[in-house]
Amino acid sequence: MADGSNGRSLAVEDLVKVYPDRREPVRAVDGVTFEVEDGQFYTLLGPSGCGKTTTLRCVAGLERTDRGRVIVDGEVVSADRPRVFVPPHKRNIGMVFQSYAIWPHMTVFENVAFPLRVTRTGLSRAQLRSRVEEALAMVQLGGYDARMATQLSGGQQQRLALARALVRQPRVLLLDEPLSNLDAKLREELRVELRNLQRRLRITTLYVTHDQIEALSMSNRIAVMASGKIEQEGAPREIYQRPATQFVANFVGSTNLLEAGVRGPGSGAAMCLETAIGQAQASCPVGVTAGERVTLSIRPENIRVHTAEPAGGNVFPGVVEQLMFLGEYLDCRIRVGATLLLSRQHPTAQIRNGDQVYVELPVELCAVLSDTHGISSSAYLGEEQERAVAP
Amino acid sequence: MATIALPGQPAGWPARWLEPGRLIPLCAAALLLYLTIVPLTMLVYGSFRVEGQEGLTVVNYITAYSQGRTYRLLFNSFVYATGTALLAFALGTSLAWIVERTNTPLRNWFYGLSLVPIIVPGVLGTIAWIFLLSPKIGWINTGLKAILGLDDAPFNVFSIGGMIWVEGLHLSPLVFLTMVAAFKSMDPALEESAMMSGASTPSTLRRVTLKLLLPAAASGLLIMFVRGLEAFEVPALIGIPGRVPVFTSEIYLSLRAFPPEFGVAGALAMGLMAISAAGVYLYHRMINRAGDAYSTVTGKAFRPRVLDLGRWRYATAAFLVVYGLVIVGLPFFILLWSSLLPFYQTPSLKGLGFFTTENYTFVLTYPRAQLAARNSLVLAAGAATGVSALTAVIAWITVKTRLPGRAALDLLAFLPIGIPGLVLGVSMIWLYLTFPLPIYGTIWVLIIAYVTKYLPYGMRTNSSAMVQIHRELEEAGQTSGAAWWATFIRVTLPLLRPGFMAGWIFIFVVSIRELSASVLLATSESTVLSLLIFDLFESGKQTAVAAMGVMLILSLVVVVAVVSKVSGQFGLRS
Repeated sequence: MADGSNGRSLAVEDLVKVYPDRREPVRAVDGVTFEVEDGQFYTLLGPSGCGKTTTLRCVAGLERTDRGRVIVDGEVVSADRPRVFVPPHKRNIGMVFQSYAIWPHMTVFENVAFPLRVTRTGLSRAQLRSRVEEALAMVQLGGYDARMATQLSGGQQQRLALARALVRQPRVLLLDEPLSNLDAKLREELRVELRNLQRRLRITTLYVTHDQIEALSMSNRIAVMASGKIEQEGAPREIYQRPATQFVANFVGSTNLLEAGVRGPGSGAAMCLETAIGQAQASCPVGVTAGERVTLSIRPENIRVHTAEPAGGNVFPGVVEQLMFLGEYLDCRIRVGATLLLSRQHPTAQIRNGDQVYVELPVELCAVLSDTHGISSSAYLGEEQERAVAP
Repeated sequence: MATIALPGQPAGWPARWLEPGRLIPLCAAALLLYLTIVPLTMLVYGSFRVEGQEGLTVVNYITAYSQGRTYRLLFNSFVYATGTALLAFALGTSLAWIVERTNTPLRNWFYGLSLVPIIVPGVLGTIAWIFLLSPKIGWINTGLKAILGLDDAPFNVFSIGGMIWVEGLHLSPLVFLTMVAAFKSMDPALEESAMMSGASTPSTLRRVTLKLLLPAAASGLLIMFVRGLEAFEVPALIGIPGRVPVFTSEIYLSLRAFPPEFGVAGALAMGLMAISAAGVYLYHRMINRAGDAYSTVTGKAFRPRVLDLGRWRYATAAFLVVYGLVIVGLPFFILLWSSLLPFYQTPSLKGLGFFTTENYTFVLTYPRAQLAARNSLVLAAGAATGVSALTAVIAWITVKTRLPGRAALDLLAFLPIGIPGLVLGVSMIWLYLTFPLPIYGTIWVLIIAYVTKYLPYGMRTNSSAMVQIHRELEEAGQTSGAAWWATFIRVTLPLLRPGFMAGWIFIFVVSIRELSASVLLATSESTVLSLLIFDLFESGKQTAVAAMGVMLILSLVVVVAVVSKVSGQFGLRS
């Protein structure tokens, strides 16, 4: 498999895919551009209908693009001018489908051997067998080769699909929500397995999911998509800790959003903000100036709750209005003025309904979103966030 | 970045259209067009022509539609088709309900029985009922006369009522199978939630069950009406002697006249086509609309709710037994009885003394019978293979692609449902008398006719099987490096096999039964079994016909039983 060579293995440039519709055409993918470096794990993350799967299918060649280029390993496989379209079977890619698409009329061995057989690799029978067995061993399915594919469990089918995608050592591996049909425990297991396998093989991977945990835990880079566009691209930590837009802040994890006006410089690098719950300090993106309207985002797990007033800034008095025990943690909804803030506490925290508390928003953990890209918050906010936002 | 290689893939249009992935579907579509549109065009053209004259004329239409007699035909056809549809529907639906939704004894054994009439050629069923209900020689009539001391036969099969009885019985298993499928695919939770909302059993039946079954029921009625219109065996064998002319028998007679009145037959055929096309159009609309509005009624098979009938279950069991006797027992018995006699007489102890095997010897040594059997087998296998292969590709286009015009292909493949066999025969005569393809009078013209006629059946089984194949299974083939053709052969077709096989068997069986197109297209060299039976009966060889029928039915039942055991699939897909 490709290793060591630097440069980009997969590039998508200004991709547009329009679906004709009775009323007006739907731009499922609307000018998406990204690059995946060699051996990287790149994830398209977004809600259903955001265009992530369509983007992946355009890369695979299962959809024809309307504009833009797809470049795999330096070869233009899809372009509008001049018109280039390499059919999927000539792109040398491996793909794992959401439904696994394991062929029920073939054995495990035949499923994996299929890509080698149809591409006429000129392998001898023995070579073919050893390649298939190697691929099966890689996904811990060694010894299962004589079984009918339908006799495998869900997790095994998923692994089989992976073996089939990898067996001809493709230039790029495409994964379309491969874990979404598994139950929670198995999903966790396979997440780790898949990540380790990808890191070991160093195969360039494009992964599509709506699950933020999958995206955060497996990726080198993530692109968060909405309405056919990329909202933000970055490393997992960056996406989670420094969301660029309200949409990203809300979609990746849950958050509290506070509308704010910038008053002026605060202590250190922070700026002073006027919010519905009072004055708060937070570090702003470069270029934010006094008088501007911004949104302050703070994750529930970053809100500290004190029973006695602590020293320091960004502390506000509130009343505990609702407690919800969720096993791993305790969700507290705390009313500060007219605003409900969601705070996530350790389940042993000594907090009761109706308690008078002090909430602290640590300055270094407050993110300020200056550019909402025109996405109206109400369309994407969950119920709890809507309540948490100052009315 | 500097070394972006443009692939060597030719992107120009001629090359793109020559890829097998495009070429094969394109050819299939062209073939479909040829099979359906060309004969119909010839029919229209021929109906405006008069032999030996230049140019087009409406004189055929004037001849055909200026006679009062034609309107009697129209009336008779309408009564006959409606009566047939109602009888078949009433029988089929009650049977389906009894078998699917009640705890009637014997119901499980009924499925196999219901398939037998579908296998038995219509011409044999009709002949059997003549043996049973003819006023002079009918066994039921003579029996009742003797028992009740009547002077006149109580029943006369040679009447519109007799025709409806025979055809309605004959079609009832088809309704049964449709309605069983509809009952099976209905989620019992829909009824249960009505009951949980406080509806009583009868009120649930009326407000939910029947309403949900309405699309299936209405489309079933329509299609039976169309089949009644198109039926040939009963109108020819019972209607002609009984002086109850309908469209199909009239078309047949005008072609058998000297000289044959091709033009008039064409004009009549156009009228018949128009009516049945209207029926098919309504049916198609209904099915499409039902597909949208009643999507809860399609898809998975559920375990149905079974109603405990209490003591009434013996009454329903008796109904099943009587039906079984009437539809299988009596006709088969009378054929078997007649086949063992040197000349026909009604069953009696005295008759046993005349038993002989000479009819069987006659049939087995009759050269035409051997020829016809060979032709029928070749035709049935050829038509079944041709239809299944063609409709597999067409179904792939209509189900799996977003190609423009796929809806038109779907409609085209369905169109022959509305073309009566006789009409198809007439248009094929015209086509291959003028077309420079020298197949007229050969077995090839029959194969083409059969393929055209049974396209809808192949389409139905293949497209419903195609829908079951998840899109990603094929896409996985492509991303694994297989081109369209390799994916189709190695992934799609194997996955399609259950539906494909079921369709193949069904088309094989109905091809053996086919009479209405063969009667116009077959010559003495290309004769087929059903036609030979028809001819022998017309020429008075009743006992030989019976012997042939018995052997044909038994061998078809054995073939179907073996094949469906092997493929485990026949049953409800037909």
